[in-house]
Amino acid sequence: MIGQALNRVDGPLKVAGQATYAYEQWGAGQPLYGFIVGATIGKGRITRIDTEDAERAPGVVMVMTYHNAPAQGVRDESVPAEYWRAQPVLTGPDIHYYGEPVAFVVATALEQARAAAGLVEVEYAGGHGRFNFAEQEDEVYIPKVVNAGLPTDTAVGDFDAGFDSSAVKVDQEYTTPYELSMPMEPHACLVEPRDEDLVVYVSCQIVDAARASVAATLRLDPERVHIVTPFVGGGFGSKLGIHSETILAALAARELRQPVKVAMTRQQIFQLVGNRPTTSQRVRLGAEQDGRLSAIAHDVTMHTNPDVEFAEQTAATTRSLYAAPHRLTSHRLAPLDLPPGTDVRAPGEAPGMLAVESAMDELAQALGMDPVELRILNEPTVDPERDVPYSDRHLVDCLREGARRFGWEHRPATPASVRDGRWLVGYGMSAAIRGHFQGPTAARVRLEADGTGVVQTDMTDLGTGTYTVLTQVAADGLGLPPDRVRTELGRSEFPTSWGSGGSWGAASSSNAVHGACMALREQVLTAACGDTRSPLHGLDPADAVFSDGNVVIGGASEALSEIVARNHPEGFEAEGGTRFMGDDPNYTDYSINTYGAHFAEVGVDADTAEIRLRRMLGVFSVGRLLNAKTARSQLIGGMIWGAGAALEEEAVVDLRSGAFVNRDFAQYLVPVHADVPDVDAVVLDGYDDKANVLGAKGVGELGICGAGASIANAVFNATGVRVRDFPITIEKVLPGLPLMDS
Amino acid sequence: MRSFTYERATDAQAAVAAVSRAGAKFISGGTNLLDLMKLDIEKPSHLVDISRLPLRDIEELPDGGLRIGAQAANSDVAADARVRTRYPVLSEALVAGASGQLRNKASTGGNLLQRTRCPYFYDTAAGCNKRDPGSGCSATGGFNRIHAVLGASDSCIATHPSDMAVAMTVLEAEIELLGADGSVRRVGIADFYRLPGDTPHIETVLRPGEMITSVLLPAPPTGRQIYRKVRDRASYEFALVSVAAVVSTDQGAVSEARVAFGGVAHKPWRSIEAETALTGRPATMATYRAAAEAAMRDAVGQGHNDFKIELAKRTLCRTLAHAAQAS
Repeated sequence: MIGQALNRVDGPLKVAGQATYAYEQWGAGQPLYGFIVGATIGKGRITRIDTEDAERAPGVVMVMTYHNAPAQGVRDESVPAEYWRAQPVLTGPDIHYYGEPVAFVVATALEQARAAAGLVEVEYAGGHGRFNFAEQEDEVYIPKVVNAGLPTDTAVGDFDAGFDSSAVKVDQEYTTPYELSMPMEPHACLVEPRDEDLVVYVSCQIVDAARASVAATLRLDPERVHIVTPFVGGGFGSKLGIHSETILAALAARELRQPVKVAMTRQQIFQLVGNRPTTSQRVRLGAEQDGRLSAIAHDVTMHTNPDVEFAEQTAATTRSLYAAPHRLTSHRLAPLDLPPGTDVRAPGEAPGMLAVESAMDELAQALGMDPVELRILNEPTVDPERDVPYSDRHLVDCLREGARRFGWEHRPATPASVRDGRWLVGYGMSAAIRGHFQGPTAARVRLEADGTGVVQTDMTDLGTGTYTVLTQVAADGLGLPPDRVRTELGRSEFPTSWGSGGSWGAASSSNAVHGACMALREQVLTAACGDTRSPLHGLDPADAVFSDGNVVIGGASEALSEIVARNHPEGFEAEGGTRFMGDDPNYTDYSINTYGAHFAEVGVDADTAEIRLRRMLGVFSVGRLLNAKTARSQLIGGMIWGAGAALEEEAVVDLRSGAFVNRDFAQYLVPVHADVPDVDAVVLDGYDDKANVLGAKGVGELGICGAGASIANAVFNATGVRVRDFPITIEKVLPGLPLMDS
Repeated sequence: MRSFTYERATDAQAAVAAVSRAGAKFISGGTNLLDLMKLDIEKPSHLVDISRLPLRDIEELPDGGLRIGAQAANSDVAADARVRTRYPVLSEALVAGASGQLRNKASTGGNLLQRTRCPYFYDTAAGCNKRDPGSGCSATGGFNRIHAVLGASDSCIATHPSDMAVAMTVLEAEIELLGADGSVRRVGIADFYRLPGDTPHIETVLRPGEMITSVLLPAPPTGRQIYRKVRDRASYEFALVSVAAVVSTDQGAVSEARVAFGGVAHKPWRSIEAETALTGRPATMATYRAAAEAAMRDAVGQGHNDFKIELAKRTLCRTLAHAAQAS
């Protein structure tokens, strides 16, 4: 059952509109509606705020500003992770970034709240902030650590000497823009006061973080906060923590003793839920004439908000990707008065691999080597920075299998040499690597008297397939058909998980469910084999097989439902858990990663520089698959995002105001169907016995790692034009195109 | 709450009468207006729904042309066999625009009147002379990648987003208008749109209360018609630059040419300069390049959109070459 391409068990609910998302929750009845008023300057302070007209507007029951907002907990940096910290709002007159909430209007109807929001008059002083990344070099500083607690800098060997003495060198700077998560479902909530408790229906990735953050901000006992998030329409990092709409709704709901519902507008989401930092990355590669790398350096500078530091682990994957004796990585931060950076799908890894895998292509070009062979030649035998073995590394297999399936041997050896009508055609490839994470997660599994298995954990399903894979794991563990398993997610009353994020969700929660099932089996066998009324009485539990709802030992068999009904009519129940990776010695003794290889073919219009993806293939190694279909969807989604990152996505800052200018989907471009003609993902069979019991590793973020570089490299192969400033848009390629002669 | 009233017009005369009241606006497909209302950019107090008026038909005209009802959906016009065979430039332009869903909903008249996609027009916190006369132009000195390189003013550098109107420009369409007093007049599409000047909020020569009832296409011009749209992704995106061209050749020379650009100006940009540089000249890349240079002689970039000038030239050259090959 595990690994099969089972259709989504929640699919029928979703296509029938019966999967209830946060904004569709009704709770205790008619809620009030809130609307956020955002600052229209990027830096400065409020000098006057007049809410009189708004308060008098029809239907308005409350206008909250820093003058009347309840006191809140402060953001406590001793709490180890940002998403568990208090997130106070409307705390004072100072404006830290454009769009920051300055008022919150609550009214009987959404339209009333929105209209009244327009009547709040705010006057500001200041407005001039640091908005231009290119001008912040003087203020760059060194963070203590980078995201996920990874070291800021690393050094092995003597990079300068190694690089200087290299026969062939690449030394280039690559830049990546601000990007955003932009899930389909906006950030939304319904907060309902119930006596002294708060029920918070919120679209979020980590229930435990949401509970902790709401409780810390409102200074409540966490037990009084009840998070409900059965369905989430995408998060991509932007829902790891909760945001101002939830805090404002919670504050208002408590003040008014009424339920309050809020959804951010798409335009607000651009400003209020974090962004992927813009980066400038210097990559230096030094190689011998035969292509063997002697030196690798990856030095990254990115922006951070001055109050909420965030450093993506942009150079982290470079530490484990290729062998080279002399190595250097670093991360630096340039403070800007922009909304805080946050985790966006494959934080650091995605922009980092865009740069490094472009540089590898440049090196292959300089050496006159095939880019696939260059990578294979530099395959390490041990993790070159940690000096530990890899747990289950199959990068070379991915490269070879991908090259074979893609027809890489047909790659034009000379850039700009293949023409198909108006199109210049090119091939490109890239390697992919991403560290595997897993974290503390508990799950409860109950066998009910009718033989149904019930899985409960506060784990979330962002559309990734959690319901489905946990159903499969429980069905496998209990020997039940999947339609006899019911999975219940997204409630703080359920056992605590690490939620969805960092691609850790599936492995963390499935191993916890598996553990619970194994514990449950023992209970069932102990009961049955010790029960004189059971045909299994006296038989050896070690020989038991759980299959199709029955327990079979040798020739004897009894239905699970019989055993449960007779021994524990209220049901058997067990918990299982996955521990924090830092407490598992395997994660110290081994370098545990996932791997892949991307291959892309693009056409570039010889006259206009329009770039169109023609086909793309990814081959991946992720340990054991939990569900072939949902995993493939995750990988393809990542690859398409990679295409967007290479060619389209960019949030543009207005350098005068500090606002993101292109704040909707008409202006912030992501790939549409016509941009994605033929994309396939293939997963190699695998099992990583060092990662966890099930041998499964994270999938979601691997798909984007390196994907964009394969397209950038294909653009170079098609045109001979190397663009190092992402995304690769028409104006960056056009000047390098040949003259039009006929 | 910004409330508004709504009525569904039953005939054209009643519609223009109904829209004469202050604050009233027509609504047809609503694909642009409803977005603008939600964003507090358009603030009508009364909507007159004209989408069900009997103005959906496409009819033959005695001179060999077509009359396209103002309420004909973009998708219906694009799919009409007469349009496809006699005015392929129009069909190609329509299909290049928006998405299938939007084309099903959007009307011919509404497409002509769609508003600019300038991000500052959409941001009520930003200055915009088109949205709020006298408040300044934030695009000048701001992020102006999609903005105009021809015919712009200090007040406004916005572009007109329509593809359809660019094709209609080379077809020399006429727009039929019904006035509040019942009078009917026709305006050539070249005269229908205004350049921004210092009144960018006034985009057309429509008089208060006037309603577009139909678009009249004269008999098809001789020559090969082509619409070429250049954009950042393969679908569902406005033109950075587009070219509508009609070219006929005779013995290796261009005998007649019509050229219009989209995405470069406040209105569909007919280039008489390019046409003059083409007519009677050999159908060669050198001629096309000369025409492109002539078309863009007065072009001025704003910074981010500087590339559009060269892009427009190259797009024109290739479109002309294709048209000449096939004609």
